[in-house]
Amino acid sequence: MLEQLTTHARDAEQKNKRWSYASISDHIADIVLRKNFGWRWWLLLGISSAGTLIFFGAIAYLFSVGVGIWGIDIPVAWGFAIGNFVWWIGIGHAGTFISAVLLLLRQRWRTSINRFAEAMTLFAASIAGLFPILHLGRPWFFYWLLPYPDVMNVWPQWRSPLVWDFFAISTYITVSLLFWYVGLIPDLATLRDRAHGTRAQIIYGLFALGWRGDAIHWARFEQAYLLLAGLATPLVVSVHSIVSLDFAIGNTPGYHSTIFPPYFVAGALFSGFAMVLTLAIPLRHYFHLEQFITPVHLNNAAKVLLATGAIVTYGYASEIFMAFYSDDPYERYVAINRATGPYAPVYWTMLCCNVALPQLLWFKRVRHSIATLFAISLVINIGMWLERMMIVITSLHRDFLPSAWGMFWPTRWDWIIFFGSVALFVFLFLMFIRLLPAISIFEMRQLGHAAESSQ
Amino acid sequence: MNSRYGLLAEFRRPDELMNAARALHAAGYRRVHAYTPYPVEELAQALGYRGNRISVFAFIGGVVGGIGGYFLQWYAAVVDYPINYGGRPLHSWPAFIPVTFELTILGAALFTVIGMLVLNDLPRLHHPLFSVKEFDLASRNRFFLCVENNDPLFDNEGTLTALEQCKPCAVCQVPL
Amino acid sequence: MNISLDRRQFIKLIAATGAIAQTACSRPPPETILPYVHMPERMLPGAPEYYATAFVQHGYAIGVLIESNMGRPIKIEGNPHHPASRGATNTFAQASILQLWDPDRSRSVRRDGIVSTWSEWLSAISSISVEAQKNRGAGLRILTGNITSPTLLAQLQQLKIQFPNLHWHTYEPLHNDNASAGATLAFGKPLDVIYRIERANVIVTLDADFLSHGPAATIYAREFAARRRPDHAAGMNRVYALECSPGLLGTVADHRIPLSPAELERAAWQLAELIEGNTINDAPNWLQQIALDLNRHRGESLIIAGPRLPPSLHALAHSLNERLNNSQHTIQYIAPVVPPQNASLQELVSAMSDGGVDTLFILNNNAVYQAPAALEFSAALKHVRCSIHAGFYVDETARQCQWHVPLAHTYEQWSDARAYDGTATIVQPLIAPLYGGTSPHEILNRLLGNESRSAYDTVRAYWRSLRSENFDAFWQSVLQRGVIADSAFPSQTVVARPVEKSRALNDASLTAIFAADPAVDDGEYSNNGWLQELPRPLSAMTWDNAALMSVATARRYNVNNGDIVELQHNGRRLQTPVWIVPGHADRAITLPLGYGRWAAGNSGNGVGFNAYALRPVDSSWFIDGIQLRKLGTRYSFALTQTQTDSADRKPVLHATLTELRAQPEFVRIDTEKNSGAGSLYPEYSYDNYKWGMTIDLSACIGCNACTIACQAENNIPVVGKNEVARGRHMHWIRVDHYFEGSKEDESAQKNPTVLYQPVPCMHCERAPCEEVCPVGATMHDSEGLNVQVYNRCVGTRFCSNNCPYKVRRFNFLQYADRERESLKAQRNPEVTVRQRGVMEKCTYCLQRITRGRIEAEKRGTPLRDGEIVTACQAVCPTQAIAFGNLNDGDSAVARAQHSSRNYTLLEELNTKPRTTYLAKISNPNASISAQLSKPEPRDA
Repeated sequence: MLEQLTTHARDAEQKNKRWSYASISDHIADIVLRKNFGWRWWLLLGISSAGTLIFFGAIAYLFSVGVGIWGIDIPVAWGFAIGNFVWWIGIGHAGTFISAVLLLLRQRWRTSINRFAEAMTLFAASIAGLFPILHLGRPWFFYWLLPYPDVMNVWPQWRSPLVWDFFAISTYITVSLLFWYVGLIPDLATLRDRAHGTRAQIIYGLFALGWRGDAIHWARFEQAYLLLAGLATPLVVSVHSIVSLDFAIGNTPGYHSTIFPPYFVAGALFSGFAMVLTLAIPLRHYFHLEQFITPVHLNNAAKVLLATGAIVTYGYASEIFMAFYSDDPYERYVAINRATGPYAPVYWTMLCCNVALPQLLWFKRVRHSIATLFAISLVINIGMWLERMMIVITSLHRDFLPSAWGMFWPTRWDWIIFFGSVALFVFLFLMFIRLLPAISIFEMRQLGHAAESSQ
Repeated sequence: MNSRYGLLAEFRRPDELMNAARALHAAGYRRVHAYTPYPVEELAQALGYRGNRISVFAFIGGVVGGIGGYFLQWYAAVVDYPINYGGRPLHSWPAFIPVTFELTILGAALFTVIGMLVLNDLPRLHHPLFSVKEFDLASRNRFFLCVENNDPLFDNEGTLTALEQCKPCAVCQVPL
Repeated sequence: MNISLDRRQFIKLIAATGAIAQTACSRPPPETILPYVHMPERMLPGAPEYYATAFVQHGYAIGVLIESNMGRPIKIEGNPHHPASRGATNTFAQASILQLWDPDRSRSVRRDGIVSTWSEWLSAISSISVEAQKNRGAGLRILTGNITSPTLLAQLQQLKIQFPNLHWHTYEPLHNDNASAGATLAFGKPLDVIYRIERANVIVTLDADFLSHGPAATIYAREFAARRRPDHAAGMNRVYALECSPGLLGTVADHRIPLSPAELERAAWQLAELIEGNTINDAPNWLQQIALDLNRHRGESLIIAGPRLPPSLHALAHSLNERLNNSQHTIQYIAPVVPPQNASLQELVSAMSDGGVDTLFILNNNAVYQAPAALEFSAALKHVRCSIHAGFYVDETARQCQWHVPLAHTYEQWSDARAYDGTATIVQPLIAPLYGGTSPHEILNRLLGNESRSAYDTVRAYWRSLRSENFDAFWQSVLQRGVIADSAFPSQTVVARPVEKSRALNDASLTAIFAADPAVDDGEYSNNGWLQELPRPLSAMTWDNAALMSVATARRYNVNNGDIVELQHNGRRLQTPVWIVPGHADRAITLPLGYGRWAAGNSGNGVGFNAYALRPVDSSWFIDGIQLRKLGTRYSFALTQTQTDSADRKPVLHATLTELRAQPEFVRIDTEKNSGAGSLYPEYSYDNYKWGMTIDLSACIGCNACTIACQAENNIPVVGKNEVARGRHMHWIRVDHYFEGSKEDESAQKNPTVLYQPVPCMHCERAPCEEVCPVGATMHDSEGLNVQVYNRCVGTRFCSNNCPYKVRRFNFLQYADRERESLKAQRNPEVTVRQRGVMEKCTYCLQRITRGRIEAEKRGTPLRDGEIVTACQAVCPTQAIAFGNLNDGDSAVARAQHSSRNYTLLEELNTKPRTTYLAKISNPNASISAQLSKPEPRDA
C-alpha cells in the first residue's frame, strides 16, 4: 500500500506543479485574511454557537441537579458520557496518525491535510476530555485524580485505569497542542507578514514568536518537528489502548477482553479517518482547495478506512469467537444477548455501518465519487458511535447475577449533551478555518519546491 | 558607524541563495544568516550549522518524566501512604507502567519544544530585519542572506561587493 | 421525562418520610421511664439507650427494644424476653419508627374539618359525658379495632357498667372471625390456638401462611426455620402447603399445592377421609401421600387452617389434630386474647342508618376506608349527630367525622398490650408526643367523668389493683424487662367434637381472594415510604398492588403483566392492573387490600387500587363468580428485580435432604471446576478481627425484614416509584428471588420452585471494586472490611460496574434530605447521611462494630462472639444470618463457614468474599412426583 501512496503522492505533486510559492502562500493565507467569509459560514457558525450555548446550559443543569438526569442506573452505571468520551478520543487519533505517522513514513501527500487533521485531533480530544469530568457524581472534585500534596495525605489509586486515563488524555492533549502549534509558527509568521490590519499583525505576530525563517532555525525546527512526530506515534497507540483498559481491566463480561487495545486503536483510526473525510470534503469544496486536497487524498483516506475497517471487523469476529471458544458462560451470554437481546437493533445497525457498507470502498468508482465517500464517512461516524454505546451499555446491563439485570434508556439530557458536544466541535472547527490556515503553507511551498526540483 | 545591523541581499531562487551562502562562508564570513520561506536542505550546513542538541533535550526530558513518574507512584503507594486496595500488592509495578509511559512522552515532548525555542532564541518579537520593508517576502517567495555588522571580516565596501558577486536581485542596509 | 417534576415529587417523598421542625424541641415524657436493664442507666451523649416497650399491630403486642439516642427513638429491635419476638421483629415493627416521625400525622383537633382547640374538644366531651350520665349511654356507641390492652378493656367494662345502653363495636378488616367461629364449632367456645411449630415433623397448612400473618408470625417463623436446618437434632420437618393465594410459607414448603378455595375445601374433606383410613378413588396421589405421612407422625404432626377458610374447615382442622393426637403436643388452646367482640360493624351501620346512633366514638379505626364499600359506612355515618374520630392521621374517617382528635403514637403514650399467647407488656413512651395528641385511655377517662386522670395513672392503677404487694419493684422490673412475668394465658385441655361434612364454598370460574398486603397490611401503613418501597415477595413490586393471578388464568383471559382489567361483582366495579405470579392457584385471583387511599398522606395517596371496593358486606375473604374484563389499557410497575430466571447460573445451590445425605459435599461439584484458582496476590493477614457473614438459605423465608431493618439502621433514603422504575433503589441488602422450573415442563413453570437469596455486600478479600477506584474511596481496613469513604468518593461508578454482585448503590440525585431539621432527629446519628453523587453500600453495620470494639477496649477483654449483631442479623425472624469474627474458630460464623453446605457466590471470579451462603436443603416426600396433579373441580 505504501508504494501506492507514494505514486499517488507524485501525482499530487504533478498537480501542485503550476503553483508558485507566492500563489500558494497568497491563496491559503487569503482564506484567512479575507474580510468577507460568506453567508454559509456565518449560518453554520450561528447554528453551531447556538448548539454550543445549549451544551453549556445543559452542563450547568447537570452540575446543579446531578447525573441522575441521564438514563444511567444500577447496573448500567455508565452510559452516553463514557461512550461519547471513547468516540471523541477515537476521532482525535486520525489527526495524530496523519501528521505524525505519515510524516515518519515520508508520505508527502499528507501535507495538505495534516494541519486541519491536527486541529480536529485537538478539538476532539479536548471535548473527549470533558466527558469523564461531566460523568462524575461530584464533578467539582475531579482534581482528586491528580497527584498533589493533599491535606488528608491521600494519593490517587494508581491501579485504576481511570487514573491512567487521566494521564493519557492530558498528555495526549498537551502533545497534540505542542505539535500543532510548532507546525503553525512559520505560517503564523506568514500571516503576520501578509496581514493588512495592524491588529491582525500584532496578534499573529505575538503567536509567531518572532519567526524569521532563519535557515538554522529551520534546521532545529525540522529536528524538533521530527522528534515530536516520533513521540506522538507511540502516544497515539498508547492513548486508545489505555482508554480500552478502562473496560478490559474490569471483570464485566463484554469488557474483560485482551483484544480490546488493538481493537480500540483500529476503531479510533477508523472513525478518525471517517471524520477527516467528513471535514475535508466540504472544506475543499467550499474554499476551492481542490488543488491541494485532491481526489488522491480522499482515495488514500478511503483505503485507510478499508484497512482499519477490516481490523475492526476482525475485532468483532474475535470477540464472538473467544466468547464461545473460552466456554465462559457469561461471555457467551453477552455475545448472544448483543445479537438477540433488547439492544439487538443497535448491534445490527452497527454491523451494517462498520462492516457491511465500508466494503463498497473496494470499488475504485466509489472511492472516486466524492458524494458517496462523504455519505460513507458519515455512516461510519454513526456506526462507530453506536459501537461505543454497544460496548458500554450491553455489557453492563446483563452481567453476572440475573437478579441484578436492568436496562438503560437515554433521556433527553443524554441526547442534548451529545449533540451539544458535536455543535461545540463544529464551532471550534469553524473558528479554526476562519483564523488559521487550514493547510500548512510552508510545507506546501516545500512541496512545490520539491516538485520543481524533481522534474 | 555601528548604527547598522548588517547588509541584506535578496534572491529569487533558493539555489542562488545557496551559492551565495557557500561563497560567503568560504570567504570566511561567520556571522551570516539566511532567511527562506521554507526549510531549504543543506542551507544551514552551508552556513556552518552542526550538531543536534535538541535530541539531547528530548532525551533528558524523557528520562526525567519516566523516572519521576514511576518514583511518584512508588512513593505514594508504597512509602507515603500504603493502603490495602482489594488485596493487591502495594508495589503493583505492572499497574504503574501506563502512567510512567505517558509521563515519559510528556517530558520528552515538552523539553523538545522548549529546547527548540531556547536554542533558536525565540520568542524574539523585535528584530532589526523586521524594519526592512521587503523582508516580509521572506515568508512568501524571496530568499535573503544577511551579513551582520559584527562579523570580524565585515567592512562595508568589501562585503557589499562580495554580495554583489552572488547576483542578488537587491541589496540593502539593515539599520539597528 | 420531566426532571423538574420528578424532582418535586421526590422532594415530596422526602418530606413524607421525614418529620417537621417541632421535633427539634421535643422533650422526654414527664413521667419516669426506665431504660432496658442491660444498658447503662445514665444517658451518655452519643451512647444509645434501649427501652423495652411493645409494637402493637391489630391489637397484639410484639415486644421491642427501642434504641433511643439523646432522647430520640431511632431504631426498633426485638425484645429477647418477649415470647412474640425473642429478639426479632417483622417489617411493620421496623417501619413503625418512621410512622412515629411521619410529618403527615395529625397535629391538631379538628371540628367539621376546621382546626379547633383542645379546650373546645374537652368541653365537648365533658358535655357528652354529662349527657351519657343522664340517659345511661343511650345512643352512645364506640367503634374500635382489636383490643388486648388489659387497662383499656377494664375501662370499657367500667363504661358498660356505668352506661348500660352503650354499645361497643369492633372492626378489623383482617379479622380472624372464622377461626373463633370454627373453635366454637369444635369446642363450644371460642379459643385461640398456639402452634408448637418446632415440635412438628409434618405440617399441613390449608391456606395458612403462618410465616407472614397473625400475631405470632415472627416467632412461628423462627420455630419453623429451626427445623429447616438439616443439622437440627430432631431432623428436618416436612411441610405441605395447600394454598389459595401464594404466601411465604408455600414458597419455602417442601410441597406447594395451589388450589382454588373450593378445590382446597374438597381436598381438606378428602384428607379427613383418608386420615380415617377410608379409601377415596378420585383422591389425587399427593393427597393420599400426605395422609400417610400424617398418620405416620401421629402426635408430631400439625394441620393448620388459615384465617380465610370457613369455620367448618377450622373445626375440621381441630378435629383432625385431635384425631392425630396432636393437641397438647404440637398444638395448644388458650382463652381468646382478644375478647369475643360484642357487636359487629354491620350492626353499627344498620343502627346508624336507623338514626339509632347519637354519638359515635371511633377509636383508632379507619372504617370509612377499610369497611367494605358495599356496607356504605360513610353514608350511614352522616346520620350520626356527633361523630368523633381519634387517630394518628386525619384519614378518610377523620374527614367524615364531626370531631377529629389526634392520638399519640404507641411510642408516645402509656398503655399495655398482650401478645398472641396472652403475655402482657407495659407500653412506655419513648418521647413526649411530637404533635400533642391524647390516648384512648384518657378519652375513656373523660367519658367516664374523671377528666384529669392521665394514661400513666390509669395503667399503673390497673396493674396496682392486680399486684398490690411491693408494686414499685414490680413496675420497675416489668418496665425494664418489657414483659410481665407469667401473664401468659394457661393452656386449656379441650376435646374437639367431630364435625359434620359441609361445603361452604362453591366452585366458580373465578374466585377473588382478599389478602393482607405484605407492605401496607390493611392500609394502616400506606403512608410509610420504607414499606411502600419494600419489594413485595414474589414480584419485587414497589409502590403498587395488583390483581395477582396464575399463568393459566392469565392465559385464559389473555392478559399479561401490566394489563388493566375491570373486575365486577354484584354491580361493583374495580379497575386494576394484573400481575402474574407463578404458583398462584388457577381459577382465582388475589386482591391485596390497603391501597387506593385518598387521605393517607403524601406518600400513600392514590397508590394502587382499593380492593375494599369489591369486598362483600360481611367482610368475607372470598367472592366467587367474579367477572374479569380486559380493558386494553396498560400500567407500568416499578420493580427492584426484573429477571426471575436464574439463567442456569445456579446462584442458589440447593438439594434435597436425601441428596445431601448421599453427597454431603454437593456444593463443591458446582464450584470445583473453578474453586482453588491460584492467585498472584499476597495474602494480607488480619490478625485482630476478621469479620465475616454467612446466610443460611435453608432458613431464609424471603420476608424482607433484613432489607427494611438495614434501611432504618443506615439512613437509607426513599427514592420513590419513578426512581425505582429506573433501577435506582437504594437498598443495601436485597432479597433476590428466582423461579426454578424447567423450561420444557409446563406444570413446573406454573408451580415453580422459589429460591430466595439475600444479597448484601460480599466484602471480598480481592475486592474488584477497590482496584478500579481512581481516588481510593473504597478500600480495605485492618479488619478486612471493604469500606466506602463517602467524603472521598467522586462518583465515577466504576466500582459498581466492576462489582459482580451489583450490591453498590449510587446517589444519582440528592436523595437524602439534608436540610430538614426533623429528619436529622429521625436519623441514626452514627451513620453518615450521604450526599448526591457518592456511592454507598453495605458496611456490615460498621458503626455497630466500632461501638462494640470501643466497649471491648474499655472492658479490656476481646469481643465475645455474638456481641456485635448487624441490623439484618438482629431482625431476621429465622436467624438465617450469622455474623462474627472468622479468626475465632468457635464463632457461629466460623463454624457455619466450615459447614459442608457453605459456598460462595460466583466463586469462579476468585473475589474471595467474606459473605458466604449455606446451600438450601428441602425435604420433599419422595413418593410425590414433582408435577402435582390437581383435582378437577366438580360440584359436590
